[in-house]
Amino acid sequence: MDATATTTLPQGISFERGETGEEMYVNMGPQHPSTHGVLRLLLKLDGELIKDCIPYIGYLHRCHEKIGENRNYIQIIPYTDRLDYLASMYNNWSYVKAVEMLMGIKPPERAEYMRVILGELQRIASHLIWMGTFGLDLGNFTIFMYCFREREMVLDLFESVSGQRLNYAFFRIGGMPMDFPETFYTDCVSFLEWYKARLPEYDRLLTDNVIFQKRAQGIGSLSREDAISYACSGPVLRGSGVRWDLRRNDPYGIYDRFEFKVPVGERGDVWDRYMVRRIEMEESARIVEQALAQMPSGDIMGKVPKTIKPAPGQVYSRVESPRGELGHYIVSDGTPNPYRYRVRSPAYVNLSAIAAMLKGCLLADCVAVLGSIDIVLGEIDR
Amino acid sequence: MDFLIEKATALGVPTLLAQVGAMLAVCAVIILYISVAAMFMIWWERKISAHMQVRLGPMRVGGWHGWAQSIADGVKLLLKEDIIPTQADKLVFALAPIVVFATALATYVIVPFGPGLMVKDLNIGVLYYISISSLTVVGIIMAGWSSNNKYSVLGAMRSAAQAVSYEVPLVVSVLGVIMIVGSLNMQTIVEHQAGRWGPLPWNWMIFGGGLQVVGFLCYFTAALAECNRMPFDIPEAESELVAGFHVEYSGIRFSMFFLAEYANMFVVAAIAVTMFLGGWRGPDFVSPLLGATLGPKVAGVFWFLTKSYFLIFVMMWLRWTLARLRVDQLMHLGWKVLLPISFINLGATGLWLVLKDMR
Repeated sequence: MDATATTTLPQGISFERGETGEEMYVNMGPQHPSTHGVLRLLLKLDGELIKDCIPYIGYLHRCHEKIGENRNYIQIIPYTDRLDYLASMYNNWSYVKAVEMLMGIKPPERAEYMRVILGELQRIASHLIWMGTFGLDLGNFTIFMYCFREREMVLDLFESVSGQRLNYAFFRIGGMPMDFPETFYTDCVSFLEWYKARLPEYDRLLTDNVIFQKRAQGIGSLSREDAISYACSGPVLRGSGVRWDLRRNDPYGIYDRFEFKVPVGERGDVWDRYMVRRIEMEESARIVEQALAQMPSGDIMGKVPKTIKPAPGQVYSRVESPRGELGHYIVSDGTPNPYRYRVRSPAYVNLSAIAAMLKGCLLADCVAVLGSIDIVLGEIDR
Repeated sequence: MDFLIEKATALGVPTLLAQVGAMLAVCAVIILYISVAAMFMIWWERKISAHMQVRLGPMRVGGWHGWAQSIADGVKLLLKEDIIPTQADKLVFALAPIVVFATALATYVIVPFGPGLMVKDLNIGVLYYISISSLTVVGIIMAGWSSNNKYSVLGAMRSAAQAVSYEVPLVVSVLGVIMIVGSLNMQTIVEHQAGRWGPLPWNWMIFGGGLQVVGFLCYFTAALAECNRMPFDIPEAESELVAGFHVEYSGIRFSMFFLAEYANMFVVAAIAVTMFLGGWRGPDFVSPLLGATLGPKVAGVFWFLTKSYFLIFVMMWLRWTLARLRVDQLMHLGWKVLLPISFINLGATGLWLVLKDMR
């Protein structure tokens, strides 16, 4: 790369009216410690002020949807894990639920409880990574270590259940492949005890810290109308003041049996999104406790035909993943492979709002805002 | 150093040779001390950060808790390839780390390690320290500019702005102590902190007249900013500008910056200890082994190093606990918060002195 390349404008970008020509175009990424994956952000800077931001994605595109067309319905399950690799259970769940909706299969009670427990534990794990890396980006190295310590415990639980630490492929069409091991209940309860005692520690490091508050409050606001019109979902939407949680507003599985709060922010800034996730971390622990207490015994696999060949039709199924509304749209044509397999990725849609969030922010805030959206390039690029 | 020169001339060595020889000898001692101290501090920082983060830190290199880790790192850096970016300004690129390290080194002249243990007991000690420490900014700007890299330039400019704006509260908070003592001489300041009850801490300047506690806190905060330590480490912000002004440096050149930062940390802690925490004063070691002349000196060095390293521990503790301030928040803190506080401290000290004289 020659030095002159940095002074010409990138292709497709031209001066708008009102620009002085003194703005600097700076690339953040695709290799950068804080872009949470291979994301390239083209920032138009006026000194330290960000005038515009254009995200370039596709560095992690793995042709997930095309592969889906060439595999049968059961073979797709391990591929779905690798979409949002930090919240694999939800990818599995969304896909499996879609196929069940297509075929009219209802998983048994116990399987539904297992799904909720594993899902909410996964939400805790995902939010722990988010909190750790968010603090790390802002300069607080210690929270990263603390969050990963707790996450290791969740991963140990998942390993005892599924044999895997990260990409579980543990959901099956119609239920679950295996039941929980006997050690799971005591391990899970002791983990939750330990975890709930750790949350005040995180608060001391981040939530109650003035420096962190100054880096988060008032930064990167996304108004309510913008959040809705950009089709944001999850903590980004709830941070902007919209009370919308799929577990409440479009309940799936057995979520209507649990009591949990849905936190909603006011101004849609980084702080509100942070607090939404922080409270969700507590609420997920509550849901797991309730589910463990209510869990019935019984089958874990429903009545499923030998080959999965849904009748021609289409379905859109969605779950509330830690990042937002994760949806699978499947069109079947009667063959063992789907005709069209499409993933609606929450991080992809939330990231599209970044230019609106970064209006009037400084360069250092870009990192905070990006961290608060909580992106995973695996699901953005598919 | 004067002591050495006297001894040499007494032995019959010509004066000029004695002076030059003494200077070189003392220089060698200081450089040796800095190298060992910096290596120790790097290892210590890794251990402290590790234990605060529920991990162990270096454990293998050298056997006991990885004490030789710094040596291994130093050797590695020495053996690295010397890379200079093609379009970089080669002379400035090479000079920048030298300037930064030399200014850090030069501030050691007025560090009072013990009674009579100073390189040179300058009458303008504090003034010398403040002026030399400002020269570091020149080195940083040279480094950022010569790297021919947008990020380096950004980092260097930020660092320059930060260093310059925190100089002012640094100086003003130290003025309070100087007003009470009445002298810029470091040894005088330390001796002023002796008192009726000998080495007890009641006479430390931190509890002294006026609001010296405020002065100490103000000085400490400004000093953290001078050293580019968290929460003021924007110039080195790894997650934002990928190491800022020294991103293009590798090998021995990078290690110069690194050593300079730790050397700076020690000097800043040393000055804080001298001004506010009683310097090398402390209970004397009464030991027949050391005798009457050596005993106080060893005791002095011991107490001085203990206090300095305690402050360094606090600096490291802060680094691994707090998040980073954004650059405009940093400037706001320096100009709009620390500066007024230090002026209030100055005013209070003056008032206290006037009231003391009136009694």
